[in-house]
Amino acid sequence: MKDRLRHEGAPVRLDDVHFSYGDAPMRFDVAFRPAAITALMGPSGSGKSTLLNLVAGFETPSSGRVLIGGEDVTSLPPAARPVSMMFQENNLFAHLDVEKNVGLGRSPSLRLTVEDRAAVAEALQRTGLGGKEHRLPRELSGGERQRVAIARVLVRNRPVLLLDEPFGSLGPALRADMLELLTEVQAERKMTVLFVTHQPEDARRVADDMVFLEDGSVAAAGPATTFFSEAGPEAFRRYIGAQITESARKRT
Amino acid sequence: MSSAAPLTPSPALSRTLLSRGRDGRILAGIFALAAIALLIGGAFAGLLIESIRDFPAAITAFDAYLGRIVRFTLWQAALSTALSVVPAIFVARALSRHPDFPGRAIILRLFALPLALPAIVAALGILSLLGRAGYLAGPLSALSGGTWPGIYGLSGILVAHVFFNLPLATRFFLEALDALPADQWRLASQLGMGPAASFRLVEWPALRAALPGIAGLVFMLCITSFTIVLTLGGGPAATTLEVAIYQALRFDFDPARAVTFTLLQIALTAIVMFVLTRLGANAAIDASLPVAQRRFVTIRAGEAVLNAALIALALALVAGPIAATVAAGLAADLLRLAGDPAVQQATLTSIVLAVLSALLSVAIALSLAAARQALAKRRAQRAGLLESLAGTGAGLVLVVPPIVIGAGWFVLLRHSGFLFAAAPIMVATVNAVMAMPFAIRAIRPAYDAAGERNDRLCAQLGIAGWNRATLIDWPVLRRPIATGFAFAMALSLGDLGVIALFGSDSVQTLPYLLLARLGSYRTDDAAGLALLLGLLCLALIFVADRFGKEKPA
Repeated sequence: MKDRLRHEGAPVRLDDVHFSYGDAPMRFDVAFRPAAITALMGPSGSGKSTLLNLVAGFETPSSGRVLIGGEDVTSLPPAARPVSMMFQENNLFAHLDVEKNVGLGRSPSLRLTVEDRAAVAEALQRTGLGGKEHRLPRELSGGERQRVAIARVLVRNRPVLLLDEPFGSLGPALRADMLELLTEVQAERKMTVLFVTHQPEDARRVADDMVFLEDGSVAAAGPATTFFSEAGPEAFRRYIGAQITESARKRT
Repeated sequence: MSSAAPLTPSPALSRTLLSRGRDGRILAGIFALAAIALLIGGAFAGLLIESIRDFPAAITAFDAYLGRIVRFTLWQAALSTALSVVPAIFVARALSRHPDFPGRAIILRLFALPLALPAIVAALGILSLLGRAGYLAGPLSALSGGTWPGIYGLSGILVAHVFFNLPLATRFFLEALDALPADQWRLASQLGMGPAASFRLVEWPALRAALPGIAGLVFMLCITSFTIVLTLGGGPAATTLEVAIYQALRFDFDPARAVTFTLLQIALTAIVMFVLTRLGANAAIDASLPVAQRRFVTIRAGEAVLNAALIALALALVAGPIAATVAAGLAADLLRLAGDPAVQQATLTSIVLAVLSALLSVAIALSLAAARQALAKRRAQRAGLLESLAGTGAGLVLVVPPIVIGAGWFVLLRHSGFLFAAAPIMVATVNAVMAMPFAIRAIRPAYDAAGERNDRLCAQLGIAGWNRATLIDWPVLRRPIATGFAFAMALSLGDLGVIALFGSDSVQTLPYLLLARLGSYRTDDAAGLALLLGLLCLALIFVADRFGKEKPA
């Protein structure tokens, strides 16, 4: 299955997935286009991260199915799903150097073949980390740490990439760099990317599609160009409007 | 809705992670608890069977002698606590007000030393300093105008207990003072508070909050102190319950009496432990070093002199017996001792038993930490019984002092024919369980933090089982494991309670041999052995420290 999916992206679909977190029931019925970047936006607690966790296998739905590439992965453990995931932090093991952290994407026992090593070296070059193979995470900047995580995504080479606000703690310039790297990598590998973000400008910059979540379900979905135009969904426009006022207030 | 941001992994998430084959952790915890239950339960079974079998004899043990022993046990503990804790308040305050005191770091390191030292070594040090033929006997005789009778009985016990507990209490109080926010000091200084005002308004509230817990802990350590009372106490006038248990079993062969004493001792420690937990104290000692902060205090010359004198006095109290141990040990015929087959055999036995005990202790601690974390993640809201047992419950083994467990098994096994053959097993297991709360204290925070940090990433990358243990967990946990291991080993090396009951000519450890030599008035040998034992323990702690630091994590 994986080989067929590897270079063409895979559609991701949540088929009437029900999930309850505490006493907040959630229901997702949504499909993500293969080889496209879809940004997931919505207020805190609207279920963005939960949706990602359901796809990644960290959460199990109480009913419904999760389909990747047309296959039911609902009962598969996280590592067996054709998915890579980047978290906001803790993407790296603090005691392992850059090379090993990336190498773990190839082999969970770190027994690497010659090809594996070549792939790791190439991924490090590709993400601008050449020469930093033996640094420990604490010797890297925040942006570099996320580059290591991207390098691992490259060597893992899975058709779906889940991003849970991985650049949320970076400054604007660094974030722009990372988004650029991300779009390049996505263009090469044609991964299906689900990208949770709080920044409308990030979504506008990279997303092909948009999914807007509210109160544990999908409130609106569609092409990003529509979302960010005058014809965008009302709820979404209200949300980003509120966000802009809020960030403007914070700045003063 | 927007306020309910899920910051921590949900229970469902954790359930998912768990169902993927990490339930072995809970099983390991159940095994560990079962092992502890077997050890303690066996001892209780022995005690119960004996008291039922010979009930009248157990009752007649309640006599005037018993009353005297209980009174003395409590009295010496109360005095030791007062003499350790009250001065410690002022020593801690002095150290806290002089962050630049010359040699402060070394002094604090030295204050951590008694904790690592076997009680018998300290007892020997005090004897070589203040005993009838001690280094200070001459000056003391001249001072008292007669012949110095040597320090035995209550005074000896008190000196030894203060030697152990004053530095301990000082470090705890210092920790409490260091926990005060720096702004408070700045404010006090800004408002022009003098030493009295700043003590009353800033330092005392912090110290008072820490006082009950520290005093309770010291009291607990003193009512369960066996070695000190055995070596420095004298005769029926200065005997505690623990020593009385030992004497009833090894000398009077009066198990019924021993059972009564033991049950009383358990009741006593249980009461103290209960009060302690009520006071919010953690019975497991933390061996971390307080770090000096920058302080903004102005100190007048008079106070500085007073503080320096206080610190010097405390230093003399701690350094004196240690120096005496070293001097007396070096004066002994070390070469002859080293060639003595009995010494060689005892050293080997001690080390082997200590390693076994430490391995067992760390294994139990790891199993309990793992099980507790697994259960904590799985539960809905309140902690279940198993989780509580694996967590705080583990500290409860301290209610049953080694001599009590030893006594129970002694009574149980005494007709079985392998009473003395059980010695190695008893020494290793009892000390492993006794060291377990401390090992848990060292290991669990790191274990929990590592789990919190790495569980999701490991699940995502498919790192599990052996790979996870070697690649992820071991590098993070090696340092705390080394600390726990060294502590357990030192505890077992210094054990005298269990081996005093089960020791024989065929199974001797270093402390047992030391006690035997002391009993036959071969004081030089004893001093030499004390030095050897003390160095062994210190080397161990040093190596553990090195091992933990070797590779930066």
